[in-house]
Amino acid sequence: MQFAIVVNEGPYTHQASDTAYHFTKAALEKGHGITRVFFYHDGVNNGTRLTVPPQDDRNLQKLWSELGEKHKLDLVVCIAAAQRRGILDADEAKRHGKDASNIAPGFRISGLGQLIEAGIEADRLVVFGD
Amino acid sequence: MANKKRFLYVNRKAPHGTIYALESLEVVLIGAAFEQDVSLAFIDDGVFQLMAGQDTAAAGVKNFSRTYKALGDYEVRKFYVERESLEERGLTVEDLMPITYEDENEDYARSPRSCP
Repeated sequence: MQFAIVVNEGPYTHQASDTAYHFTKAALEKGHGITRVFFYHDGVNNGTRLTVPPQDDRNLQKLWSELGEKHKLDLVVCIAAAQRRGILDADEAKRHGKDASNIAPGFRISGLGQLIEAGIEADRLVVFGD
Repeated sequence: MANKKRFLYVNRKAPHGTIYALESLEVVLIGAAFEQDVSLAFIDDGVFQLMAGQDTAAAGVKNFSRTYKALGDYEVRKFYVERESLEERGLTVEDLMPITYEDENEDYARSPRSCP
């Protein structure tokens, strides 16, 4: 089965990103496909490479990046939600005259159309978070 | 697009206090371009999103309530409001904005004033 995943909460405050990660990993291990992982609302905060969690805790951004690299996942951060919350790639930083970008490896910034498209293409759209 | 699917957006949050309602509305608007079969459900505090006469000036946040009325122009016309959620909050359909939506199930309240 093809799953599209939506992550609507940032890391650590809420368990949604952890649960989405474990669901995605388990689905892949069972031989299912992941159409796309779409990060929306505060979920875009999973896509900054500047988080530095304590060493005895999990690093969610790194977990997502590694899972993405291993399975060639399409990890998409919503551009409108990202701009509100200061998640930028190099192009967006330049376009808005900002002095830095922070998008994490394996993530890309794109529009909400990617969410709708994932919903159309996947067999199931699974939403994590409030 | 040949592959037409049914999308149900479940609105469970008040319009203000959190950004969920505003950003969900943005998904609905963008999604309209994909010409899918779209429905909106309003349950729990989500029924407050459709309240008539919203005024956000004192709170200093954007009043996007008028966008719901414009959704019909994007072929988004199926609004479902849970009657129990209205009653639990001391509301009736008369407190809601005049938006046309289909009444396909008795579990859902009917539009207060259907537009012609």
